[in-house]
Parts: sequence; structure tokens; C-alpha cells
Amino acid sequence: MNTISSLLNEDWHERYRRIANLNIRSSIYDLTNRCNLRCKGCFFFSSGEHIVTEEMDIEKWEHFIDKEKARGVNLAILIGGEPTLCMDRLEAFYKRLPTYCATNGLIKLSRDKFPDMMVGISLWGGGEDEKVLRGKDTFAVSSKNYEGDPYAYYLYTVTPRQVGKIEPVIKRIADVGLKVHLQLLSNDESVDGFYWRQGELDDLRLEMDEMLDHYPQTIISSKYYHEVITTGMMLGRRFGWQECPSVTESLDTRKPPVRRLIHFYRWAADLKTIHRCCTSATRDCSTCKDGAAHMSWIMVNKREHMNTTRDMQNWTEVYEMFAKLYRLIPW
Amino acid sequence: MPERIATEGIIRHVAEIIIGELKLEDITPDTFNPDMDLVDELGIDSMDLATIALVLQDEYKIVIDEDDYPKLKTVRFICEYIEEKLTAKH
Repeated sequence: MNTISSLLNEDWHERYRRIANLNIRSSIYDLTNRCNLRCKGCFFFSSGEHIVTEEMDIEKWEHFIDKEKARGVNLAILIGGEPTLCMDRLEAFYKRLPTYCATNGLIKLSRDKFPDMMVGISLWGGGEDEKVLRGKDTFAVSSKNYEGDPYAYYLYTVTPRQVGKIEPVIKRIADVGLKVHLQLLSNDESVDGFYWRQGELDDLRLEMDEMLDHYPQTIISSKYYHEVITTGMMLGRRFGWQECPSVTESLDTRKPPVRRLIHFYRWAADLKTIHRCCTSATRDCSTCKDGAAHMSWIMVNKREHMNTTRDMQNWTEVYEMFAKLYRLIPW
Repeated sequence: MPERIATEGIIRHVAEIIIGELKLEDITPDTFNPDMDLVDELGIDSMDLATIALVLQDEYKIVIDEDDYPKLKTVRFICEYIEEKLTAKH
């Protein structure tokens, strides 16, 4: 029987120890149905998930967050809509729980009010793709708002058109003193020219690996994550509904039970409706490219990686990547 | 002496449950080191622990609070935890 110490040398074992006891219980909250952008391919609007009556009473939000905390949640991931349109709700979360805010970066968060709240700034490719998909080059604004911020990084959603062209984007991000995590567009609204072909995914994997080698201080990632997200395969298994770990607990009726995020829920902004998963229930799981779902897929399958030293190191690197994205361990 | 026998019985039973639930290979209740750190050496995660806890709750008719999971670091600690719960019941 393989044990951790039979697979990892002392250095790696120490890295393993640093993340093995984190016991994160995350859930996702749609903070609002409103957004100051309407991006083509945004699952939130394309799937109709915004069509709920938004809870406007801040006291009800506060009570709800307290209940979530009592349920064991220890990491609140705020999405939307655009969370920064609702600063009072952001503050209610931040005062009660370790909180992560996913934003388009057009509105600057006050660091006086939210000194160490983790911020992930969405970026959908270079300037031209941003204009096509989001109507404007958001980087021009978000990079000014967050330049040098030690608690912010870019979530760069790479599109098929970006293959072979991601280095200039990485450099722009490095130049403003920020870090970046790479993920892939899922093209939920079938925008022409933004479908993935396997050849493009293979090329992108190599390109992401190369970028990680060249910009290790800027990119928060791992080569194993690149492999899994571009192939959709992990240890000979294919990602899909029967594998995804990011399914709301009470809606998870899969048999046999799937290795999953414990107590994970995704709540709508009415604080009553629950969504099936971390993206859209209208998305085809077999083609889902969601970075967090793939990352979690690896993380919940720890013992399955206890076959070889390389597998266990891969698992450790992916968990470290996750922990860095939420500053649970230092960058 | 009877207490010791009881403790050893629980240790063996817990080891059996862990081996069975996690489908561990190349290990038996006799070769399972009760002091082996389940997270640090065996790679158990909280979902594994939740699975094991459910079986232990059924087997020993006790309630295992999720907040107590960090205490259940080894088979021996699990055994002590079960014994405490059983003692508190009687």
C-alpha cells in the first residue's frame, strides 16, 4: 500500500502537509442579478439564472450569511452579476467569512473597507476579443483600479482565438504588478469562431506550459491543471456530469455517489433558489471547460493520485494552486 | 485487562471499516498501524472521513460531530473518541 511518505520526499511531504489540513468548505453566491457588462458567453445571463427576485433587504442577507456560516461554510465565493454593484452585501460577507469576490474590475473596491479580500478580475482575452465578447477592453480600466494590489489577480479566460497570442496578455498583467490564473472559454452562447477544436487545445496546453516556465512569478497555475483542462481527462477518466465535484449538495442525486465538494451550494440572489452547479445547468457537462470545476475534480480525488510519485506531486501542485488563488498559503 | 481487550477490539474494527470503506489494498487489520496519521500518511480527506464517520455512527450508535473530524487523526484516536462517546452514553 502506498503512503504519502513512500511517494513524496521530505520537501514534497512538507508541501503536502501545508495544504492537506485546510478543510475548505466553499459555496458560491450570486450577489446580484445586475451587471455593468453583458458579455457574450456569460453563462449567468444566457441560462436565465438571473431571473429571480433579488433580495434587497440587507438584514436578510446578514441573517442568511450567519446561517451559511453555521452550516460550516468557511469560504464565500461571490459572483453575480457584478458583485461590486452591491457593496453593502459584499461587506456583510466580508465581516463574517473569508470572502472572495469575482469582478470585472470596472469598479474599484475600497481597500480601506476590504483590506485583504481576495479579488479575481475577469479578463476574456486580449483587447480585440474583449471588445467582441464584452463590448469593451476592460483591462484598460481594471488594470488601473487594481495595479499592484497584493490581494487581486486576473482570471484570464483564454478563447480559441487567443491560442498563440497569450504572452502579450501575460506581459501586460505582469507589467501592472498583478498575477494571473488561466482558464478556458466555454462558449455558452455559441459565438461564431469561439468553439474549441482539440488541435487548438493541444497547442494551448503547450503554450500555457511555456508561459508558466517563463513567468512563474506571474502565473498561478500548474502543468497538470493545464493537461486536465485541455484534455478533459484525469487518470484515464473523462470529465462530465458523472465526475464533476461542484454540484449543489441537495441537488446531487447521482448514483453511485460521486467524490465531491462537501456542503457545496450555489445560491441565487433571492437567497432561496439554488443552482445546480458552479456554472450553468444549461451547459453540456461533457464540454464544460470551467477551471474551478476541473481543479476541484483533481483535488477531491487525492487518494486516486497515490499511485506514483509524479501523480502525487501533480495533485499537490494543483491543491497549492487552489490555495494560492484564495491566499490560503502565500503566493 | 477487559478494557484493554475492548480497546483492541475497537481498534481492529475501526481498521476493518477504514480498509473496507476506502478499499485499501495490501493491508489488513492486523498490519494496520493504529498510530499511522490518516491524513499525513494514508491521504484520507474529509470526504473519506465523513464516509467512515457514517459507518462508525451506525456501528456504535453514536453521533460524530463534523467539528470533531480533526480529532480523528489516527485509528487509536478514533478508538478513544468512540470509547468516550460510549462512556458518556452510559
